[in-house]
Amino acid sequence: MEASKVIHAIYTDDDVLMAAVKKVKSEKHHIEEVYTPFPVHGLDKAMGLAPTRIAIASFMYGCVGLTVAILMMNFIMIEDWPQNIGGKPSFSYLENMPAFVPIMFELTVFFAAHLMVITFYLRSRMWPFKEAENPDPRTTDDHFLMEIAVHGNEKELTSLLKETGAVEVNLIDKEH
Amino acid sequence: MYTFSSKLKIVAIVLIILGALGVTYGFMTSHKSLDEVKEMIAHEADGHHGGEDVATIEADTASDGHDSSSESGHADTGEHHGDEHAEHVMHQIHNRPYAALYVAAFFFFMIALGALAFYGIQWAAQAGWSPVLFRVMEAITYYVLPGGLIVLAIGFVADSHIFIWMDPDVVAHDELIQGKSGWLNKTGWLIRGLIFLGGWSFYRWISRKYSIAQDTAEDKKNFVKTFRWSAGFLVFYIYTESMMSWDWIMSVDPHWFSTLFGWYVFASMFVSGITVIALITMYLKSRGHLPFVNDSHLHDLAKFMFAISIFWTYLWFSQFMLIWYSNIPEEVTYFVTRFQDYQLPFLGMVAMNFIFPLLILMNSDYKRIPWFVVMAGIVILCGHYIDVFNMIMPATVGDRWFIGIPEISSIMLFAGLFIFIVFTALTKAPLLAKGNPFIKESEHFHY
Repeated sequence: MEASKVIHAIYTDDDVLMAAVKKVKSEKHHIEEVYTPFPVHGLDKAMGLAPTRIAIASFMYGCVGLTVAILMMNFIMIEDWPQNIGGKPSFSYLENMPAFVPIMFELTVFFAAHLMVITFYLRSRMWPFKEAENPDPRTTDDHFLMEIAVHGNEKELTSLLKETGAVEVNLIDKEH
Repeated sequence: MYTFSSKLKIVAIVLIILGALGVTYGFMTSHKSLDEVKEMIAHEADGHHGGEDVATIEADTASDGHDSSSESGHADTGEHHGDEHAEHVMHQIHNRPYAALYVAAFFFFMIALGALAFYGIQWAAQAGWSPVLFRVMEAITYYVLPGGLIVLAIGFVADSHIFIWMDPDVVAHDELIQGKSGWLNKTGWLIRGLIFLGGWSFYRWISRKYSIAQDTAEDKKNFVKTFRWSAGFLVFYIYTESMMSWDWIMSVDPHWFSTLFGWYVFASMFVSGITVIALITMYLKSRGHLPFVNDSHLHDLAKFMFAISIFWTYLWFSQFMLIWYSNIPEEVTYFVTRFQDYQLPFLGMVAMNFIFPLLILMNSDYKRIPWFVVMAGIVILCGHYIDVFNMIMPATVGDRWFIGIPEISSIMLFAGLFIFIVFTALTKAPLLAKGNPFIKESEHFHY
């Protein structure tokens, strides 16, 4: 269940933020999200996020690209219009294979890279003209924001967050 | 301080003794006379060859420079041709123990040189992750000088058993080699070899000296000096490594040349060197000698093993594809020999050096599991031994190759020597380069 009330704690340093995340996690509070102006190394592990599966997706996209390249070159260069280039046998894919390796490699990379980026955007719910979900524009500049769900324990949380070095702690009602 | 455990010392000495015995056996059994070889060929022909014999002879003549003096032989009668073939085979059988010794000697030397290049790059790049591994790398590079001198000595003694252009008779009948004799002559070969080894050993010596001095120094002077020497060394290295690969490897086929051969050999030595750094690091860590090395260091080494394996494949394929496509007779003969007579090692090497590390080391979690990296490392090392094997053997023993007693004992001999020298070097300094300005960053390195 998504909490309707959340606390936004704002930090100005990534090391302080990391220490704060570890502290909050060790006190068994659930961190909804952290907004940072740049990627902070090890933050995902400290927050306890599940490991990314984009590598698996990328591998599969690469396999698709390799398959497309093989089928495409087989159709273009062998079946549809066999071409004699440099006296190489033009009726056999296998014997002509060295000539196709660069294309097989390029399309593997092309598919893996582009589809991986598109997958990442979709999974992050980002598309053109989408309104930013970012709660505070300062997190795109030099501030770090930690969002924690409140379940009637806001006093305890506020003091804990102040202790960890937050420069600002705000209670936000999400229903408004 | 690390002490060379007596168990490991015994292993190294046993390897050296067994290897030396096997190598001696290889030399003793290779002295076959012409009549014995003829009998052997006749026996083989009865067995399974039958009518293919002539085809084999043709392939032999086309495949390497050994037969440059036999131009007139083609016109003669069949019997005469058979004599020449038998003599050719006899030479190949005589060459085998020399070539086997040379392949193994070069393989272990190239590991040390690859590690030295990696070490130089760490300094020149001022890498922050790797200083905890410096003492391991420095120990491996101790083998550069002895290993290199051994390779040179074997080449010098083996003479035309490995380098056909060292035989004045062959040169006298070969215009192509005559044209190259300004570069390809034994004196020049030896002097160049000594210059290469001198330069590399000098850098090894001076960087090690400063690295030890930095341990107790108060300022960063030694560090700055090593940085400058390393940058200079890398420039020297990439030129001399390339020339070394022409001299010590490519010239076994004196008619053939490839412009990216130096890069290709570099990729092989770089990946072997990094793999051995990873293997020795894991060994020492498992014995509790490297408490400051963590999973992330292993992860980075495994990433390098993965990346350079792919780099090697890229160069291997680039060299192959251009020659295959243009199909110029004097170039393509190099690959024709390898596909005809060396199909298993030539294609098997691609599986071992590319497909296996690609699939095993692709997953980021596997790069942190020591036994996975050890498994990939062993396969990579075997694959690169076969790579060197494929570079030397076709020109020296032709289709008379086998990985038997001469080859395996040569590997054992130099593996024992390598272990002995490297682990003795490890005992000479503390295993943590504690004075390095990046040592704190390196100890805390995490990904």
